[in-house]
Amino acid sequence: MTLAIDFPPVSHAVEWRILFGGETFGVNKVVLLMWLSAALVFLFFFVASRRMQLIPTGVQNVAESAVDFIRNGIILQTMGEEGLFYTPFLLTMFSFIFVGNIWEIVPFVQMPVNARIALPMFMALLVYVMYHFVGIKRQGLFGYLKSSLVPPGVPKAILPLLVFIELITLLITKPLSLCVRLFANMFAGHLLLITFAVISATLWAVQWQIIILPFSGFLLIALTGFEVLVAFLQAFIFTILTAVYIGQSMHPEH
Amino acid sequence: MLSVLAQAATNPDITPGLTAIGRGIVYGGAAIGPGIGIGLVVGNAISAMARQPESAGMVRTTMFLGIAFTEALALFGFVLAFIISG
Repeated sequence: MTLAIDFPPVSHAVEWRILFGGETFGVNKVVLLMWLSAALVFLFFFVASRRMQLIPTGVQNVAESAVDFIRNGIILQTMGEEGLFYTPFLLTMFSFIFVGNIWEIVPFVQMPVNARIALPMFMALLVYVMYHFVGIKRQGLFGYLKSSLVPPGVPKAILPLLVFIELITLLITKPLSLCVRLFANMFAGHLLLITFAVISATLWAVQWQIIILPFSGFLLIALTGFEVLVAFLQAFIFTILTAVYIGQSMHPEH
Repeated sequence: MLSVLAQAATNPDITPGLTAIGRGIVYGGAAIGPGIGIGLVVGNAISAMARQPESAGMVRTTMFLGIAFTEALALFGFVLAFIISG
């Protein structure tokens, strides 16, 4: 008995046919899902805030706990009272990333929007522009450069090296890691699920009872549960890092 | 065994195999440091939480931040492994 396991090349896992709209602005499954997630997030908060009651019920309950999570779990812990101005932005960002990620495990959809680098890159660029803007607005150009490039209490001899490292961190590493972290986590999760799905399907085709053999069927189910955690965690980490970066621009380290 | 060797001798295109080995080395190498680092971060966070359970919330947030910063290097390696092509 031979098992002919044929893994699809990586490009097959994330590239989708263009459904309509030409070469440059082609709309495929990922773009449709992105629009759908934006619409879902909008509808959710719209419905939740339409008839607000003092004692929340149903949808309003969920929305309020989401706001509470962003407010107490992220902003007050990283930016302090002043950061509450950014609650709507961070809440939108968190909900959008989470809904975009959770498509990964929705049956018949199974494509996380953030497994294509375009969307994480755009959001990281948004955050990049935002924290520079906030920093320059709050501290002035030279104050911002000084507070973010020159760490306090460092011996003079090592200062040039540290300034160089901090400059690279500020300009390249921060946005790059923000973007790549979200993208790579979702992409890796997607590939992991594909791997176990392909193994399970092959075993099933050979003889359906042996699907339990290398626990591939069981692992597929367990990893689907794990990906829910990853989807939530990555949305949380993206949001909290955004909060930390904006917070650093607002308050210079002493 | 001999037939495999003979096949390899007549088929000198080893680029795909070398690419696969390179990808494995890149990702494996990139995962060593962050693996140790995340272990240190989480271990110390757990001992902090055990010593002072009332500060668990703050420690947890900081722990996730630390994991996120440490993990970035492994993810760069992961992406680089896909960028490498034969």
